[in-house]
Amino acid sequence: MATLAPARPLVEIQSLRHFYGAPPGGHLVLDDVNMTLVENEVVGLLGRSGSGKSTLLRSIAGLIRPREGEVRFLPNEDCLDPSVAMVFQTFALFPWLTVLQNVELGLEAQKVPADERRTRALAAIDLIGLDGFENAYPKELSGGMRQRVGLARALVVNPSLLLMDEPFSALDVLTAETLRSDLLDLWSEGRMPIKSILIVTHNIEEAVLMCDRILVFSSNPGRVVAEIKVDLPQPRDRLDPSFRALVDDIYARMTARATAAQATRDGLFPGTGTAMVLPPKVSTNSLAGLIEEVDAAPFEGRASMAELADSLQLEADELFPMAETLQLLRFAELRGAEMILTPLARRYAQGDVDQRKAIFAQALLAHVPLAQHIRRILDERSSHSCPARRFRDELEDHMSPDYADETLRTVTHWGRYAEVFTYDEDADQFSLDNPE
Amino acid sequence: MSPERFSNRVLPPFSRMLQLTRPNKADAIAFVILAALALLVFRGAEGTVQPLATLHLEPVTLDPAWLPYYALRTVMRMFAALVASTVFTLIVATAAARSRHAGQLIVPALDILQSVPILGFLTFTVTFFMGLFPGNVLGVELAAIFAIFTSQAWNMAFSFYQSLRSIPADLEEVAQGFHLSPIRRFLKLDLPFATPALVWNAMMSMSGGWFFVVAAEAITVGNTTVTLPGIGSWLAIAIEKQDFRAIGMAVGMMAVVILIYDQLFFRPIVAWADRFRFEQTASGDGPQSWAYDLLRRTRLLPLALAPLQAIGRLLLLAFDRVVTAPKPKREISDNPWIERLYRALVFAALLAAVWFSARYVLASLGLRDIGEAFGLATLTMLRVIILIALASIVWVPIGVWIGLHPVWAERLQPVAQFLAAFPANVLFPFAVIVIVHWNLSPDIWLSPLMILGTQWYILFNIIAGASAIPNDLREVADMFGVRGWQWWRQVALPGVFPYYVTGALTASGGSWNASIVAEAVSWGNRRLEAHGLGTYIAKATAAGDYPRVALGIAVMSMFVLGFNRLVWRPMYAFAERRLRLA
Repeated sequence: MATLAPARPLVEIQSLRHFYGAPPGGHLVLDDVNMTLVENEVVGLLGRSGSGKSTLLRSIAGLIRPREGEVRFLPNEDCLDPSVAMVFQTFALFPWLTVLQNVELGLEAQKVPADERRTRALAAIDLIGLDGFENAYPKELSGGMRQRVGLARALVVNPSLLLMDEPFSALDVLTAETLRSDLLDLWSEGRMPIKSILIVTHNIEEAVLMCDRILVFSSNPGRVVAEIKVDLPQPRDRLDPSFRALVDDIYARMTARATAAQATRDGLFPGTGTAMVLPPKVSTNSLAGLIEEVDAAPFEGRASMAELADSLQLEADELFPMAETLQLLRFAELRGAEMILTPLARRYAQGDVDQRKAIFAQALLAHVPLAQHIRRILDERSSHSCPARRFRDELEDHMSPDYADETLRTVTHWGRYAEVFTYDEDADQFSLDNPE
Repeated sequence: MSPERFSNRVLPPFSRMLQLTRPNKADAIAFVILAALALLVFRGAEGTVQPLATLHLEPVTLDPAWLPYYALRTVMRMFAALVASTVFTLIVATAAARSRHAGQLIVPALDILQSVPILGFLTFTVTFFMGLFPGNVLGVELAAIFAIFTSQAWNMAFSFYQSLRSIPADLEEVAQGFHLSPIRRFLKLDLPFATPALVWNAMMSMSGGWFFVVAAEAITVGNTTVTLPGIGSWLAIAIEKQDFRAIGMAVGMMAVVILIYDQLFFRPIVAWADRFRFEQTASGDGPQSWAYDLLRRTRLLPLALAPLQAIGRLLLLAFDRVVTAPKPKREISDNPWIERLYRALVFAALLAAVWFSARYVLASLGLRDIGEAFGLATLTMLRVIILIALASIVWVPIGVWIGLHPVWAERLQPVAQFLAAFPANVLFPFAVIVIVHWNLSPDIWLSPLMILGTQWYILFNIIAGASAIPNDLREVADMFGVRGWQWWRQVALPGVFPYYVTGALTASGGSWNASIVAEAVSWGNRRLEAHGLGTYIAKATAAGDYPRVALGIAVMSMFVLGFNRLVWRPMYAFAERRLRLA
């Protein structure tokens, strides 16, 4: 349906930049983002957490004023004052208001008369299929129904642009699928007042399923690194070979970016040397699980990222940090949309607990400068212990306190597993000796 | 749950409603109750605007026929203070949460005011309020109300501020995204979100208020003595005349009054506020209240309230037009020079305040007096520490046992809360008799009075903590046969610790406050005094020695603040870091 009329632009975003924190040393989250949304399209923003896609969405919604650049709404004849409304990942319903009152909230703020308010709210509730639940409180509804209320609340104010911030990621797979197809039906039948949809997601399949255009974001800082047009006819079939090919292609692009980053710098994570920002919440258990999975039967040491994500029920957002950690430790190579285990990793997969730990320790000390640094300091000191504060301060010279904290926590977790050093939470210090 | 819980009655047009609505039985009962309350309020209010001389013409007597009237006057004072505290809270705490500059000023101020001994205020405020309405009872009434207000307002405001700061970001974004005007935002988001905590805090504050109303009604400052009609004055006279029967009657009256306003006021409000609890999942039955159910069943009440609602809506519309939703600001802070100027101004004002109070105190007092005050404060602190330790040893095991037996917890929790609400100073005369009879040392045996009223905070917090220990942890302990000291060390104590800290913090703050009335106690013409800062302030107040009162208050505030910073805050941090479940 995007081809019916010449696409009229709806929103223009020009050289948008945004920082968090104080101006001089602020953390750059969005860097030079340019894009135009036109009528009658569904656009997806795809990227990792921390790629600033939510920040971009909030800039368009007017919730955040970006430091530089501008977001411009372009009026046209049948839509003089384009407006936006947002659907939240967490639903963001007021628990003390009924479904009807929640939906009426935006109209009330616009001072719409009570009668008209009620009629419009009831129509919206009807549209998203919540008839009969008008006077229920949110806590009485299931997750999927709550998100329907969130959708009705956004639609009832007649926005020209609907913003969706990971709208399905807090729902179970089945509910998400139903809601997604209901939304697509309403959209393709033109029953919603909206002109265009912008949806943030980190689920690649979801993006391919719903969007006419996908913008891929890099992280730290967020930039648009690729723009992919999806020309498959709706409704789309996940098992269709061209659908699969497109998903694979996006995986490949996202991987290629990671590989390119590695070629230009000595780390694929932002920052260099000991100041490298390590990914949070990548546990050695899940790393081991990933290695075993790729090492075992169907894959035999070589797996496509899309298939891996499928078989492990992981979203790209979760899979990429793990894959890149394996790459950092030289346990795997990412080539195209594929992950290939190195011989070291295959040895790891076959080893027993102690062998695994030894292999991991070697890799950790060889390829993670921060771990190396901590170990060296501990070796040098006669007490073989050192307050963690010291390393945190060193890291904070190069990154925000939050990142420093997370990086240190990650390296602590890896170091403990590899038995390279240990950490005492009460005393907040690293040491070499184990308790007992 | 009853079906009408889900009913979302839409008010039909006014005229149609008049035809449809016929009063039912609930209407009749509600009418009787409301009419009786209105009558009582008018009767009580009459007395507050008499000339001051009436207090001498109709002195408080120990005539039982007058006792209900005195109770009415006292309760009205307390509710007046509660209303004032609520208004103060809504304005000040909202300002602190909305404006960064206001917050920088208000939050530390509330923190300090919370630790200033409330009874110390009385000396200064009585003179001030009597000056406002010379020759009228109203001035003294206001002074008493202000004394109660100071015991309620600070912690209510603080809790409201903390609630506002913990509003989930997504709800804030919805409010912002729909451009809710500030007043609408306040009514739709801020107020509902903070209501449950505010109601709970108001209940606790009301309990605390009893303690001070007893002290605030019979006020002696220097050579001015004012006795307002009320239960507090009744008690003061009963103590003077050594009348046991009168004291017993006052205690009974208080119990009745507390029961009545709990049933008619707080329970309905708690039942109503339950809908604002921030939870996305349905939990079991909420709190019940027969009075609330009755009001909901009435047919005429919504009708009577409809005009009020309409007026409210009109006001809202008018207000909306004046103030519109603010646009989001760029995250760059304001001009750094304005920022610096603001800080410099605040600092200068603070310095000036310290300078003037120091000059005032030092004009008549020397370093020796300051040293004396510190010495006495140390004595009082020693008492507080020992008493908290003793109360903990007694109540922690009992509280844990009760908390782990849900049946008993349900029965005893309200009892503990009632005991906390009960003004312990009523019982002080009994202690005096015992001490005099056995010829005991007041320095030691007056001390328990300080914690008589505040120990219950420890008990009911422990009960709450123990019932919150997850069942799976208890089952693990059972399965491995963990018992004895190991069970206490690894299961019970860590489980209740965060709750214990809350309870002990409240209890210690309350004990400091109570020391002013608990360290110097009298029965008829017998007067017992323990050495301590409480006695120091009480004596200075009675003598109208303002510099000493100021010095005493300042030293006590410093000790309480120091105690909070050095003992309770680190314990909180520890509980937060290590003992948080999940």
